[in-house]
Amino acid sequence: MSKRIGARTVELPGRPGILAWASVAGQKEQDGPYGAQFDVVIPDELNGEQSFEAAERSLLETAVKRCAQHAGCALSDVQMLLAGDLLNQIISAGFAARNLEIPFYGLYGACSTMSESLSIGSMLADGGFADRLICATCSHFCTAERQYRAPLELGNQRTPTAQWTVTGAGAVMLGAGPAARHAQVSVAQTTCGKVIDLGIADQNNMGAAMAPAAADTIAAHLQDTRRTFEDFDLVVTGDLGRLGRDLLIELLTQKGIAVREEKLFDCGCEIFGPQQDTHCGGSGCGCAASMLCAHILPQLAGGKLRRVLFLATGALLSPTSSMQGESIPGVAHAVVLEHREA
Amino acid sequence: MQSKARQKERQRYAQLVARLSPKSDIAQGLFRAFWVGGVICMLGQGINDVFCYGLHWGAQACATGTSITLIFLSALLTGIGVYDRIGKYAGAGSIVPITGFANSVVAPAMEFRREGLVMGVGAKLFTLAGPVLVYGISASIIVGLIAYAMEMI
Repeated sequence: MSKRIGARTVELPGRPGILAWASVAGQKEQDGPYGAQFDVVIPDELNGEQSFEAAERSLLETAVKRCAQHAGCALSDVQMLLAGDLLNQIISAGFAARNLEIPFYGLYGACSTMSESLSIGSMLADGGFADRLICATCSHFCTAERQYRAPLELGNQRTPTAQWTVTGAGAVMLGAGPAARHAQVSVAQTTCGKVIDLGIADQNNMGAAMAPAAADTIAAHLQDTRRTFEDFDLVVTGDLGRLGRDLLIELLTQKGIAVREEKLFDCGCEIFGPQQDTHCGGSGCGCAASMLCAHILPQLAGGKLRRVLFLATGALLSPTSSMQGESIPGVAHAVVLEHREA
Repeated sequence: MQSKARQKERQRYAQLVARLSPKSDIAQGLFRAFWVGGVICMLGQGINDVFCYGLHWGAQACATGTSITLIFLSALLTGIGVYDRIGKYAGAGSIVPITGFANSVVAPAMEFRREGLVMGVGAKLFTLAGPVLVYGISASIIVGLIAYAMEMI
């Protein structure tokens, strides 16, 4: 029996459960409006490590370990780890997996990694290929700056459309079968995103580069499932930022979709306060991941939110492609998260 | 090959992005750049005067001494994490003077220290200042050759 509905969406009849989650964040994120909700906050940018890269992978490790702890199981009980990050050759994920000793699939979806891993992970769980798996991702301001932009101490100005890479991580444990019986959140459907590029080449304007991909995936999902904005309590996007969110509303309206703006929650717009001078808001894999685990999932588990469309958005550029003048392709994968009575 | 329809879609989107994008405050940017840049230049003049009239150095020694002092101050401020804040406020005002050049050399030196002294600091030291050196020196050679040719005539 096919589990496909419509052109792009997969139904998950087994309703894989979300067993546990954990979020890790940095100091600037703690100073933001959701600062009190993160499970772990690191004391400084290095987190006791020798380099920012080592600090970033420690965020991921901490998130995964904390997640397993919340689920009350040992790391050895976790059958798969699906993780990725922004650094070249996804070293944060690979190196963290080396220490965690969980069988590992590395993913690259830039900042879309949280929903990409949830999308693939929920299909694996629903298919019976894993009873317990963890989806995780992380980002770090200092590593992203040096890879994509300029040395930290350089006295330059950021453009008005720039966003601030979140230092943070999130880990979500998915389960199926008896393990998931008591889960209060489940994954109902998932829609795979297409890579969309409307020609934005400015790497200081990621929101504009990613908004078309988000609009495309939302439109496809609504069409496949015959839903509207009314069917969701929230539509959560990853890190479009203020400009990207405005563009998304405009693009969806152009597609003839009735957008309920108050239901459109962008983690990038929310994670930092207006006084924190981040220009268009937060970005990075850790933005959607930490906000999902700190703010969205607890509300879903508590029943305050009943159904959420979660889609993290990624910009699939590299420093090389940008220097060669290429435009920036975007991608967004969607998962439907539902509250479940225990 | 891009289809016409796709090109049109991209054009329309570029217009939408331009319409919704937040804009830089040019008046504020100019004001800050000029006053900070001006102060740095006055500081340079002051240092120069101290060397010239206080210590009675020759003109060449004064100019070199002033550059060295400004570069040292900029490197120091970069090292203690102050120069990037000045740059964030002043923009071109603190990039254009010689202090900006010093900052652009010291910042990568600090950033890539962890990759080692050879392939880190050594290789990355001029990632930002390199283009200025390459084209600045190239231009000076060309101008020098033209001047030499003019003298021959």
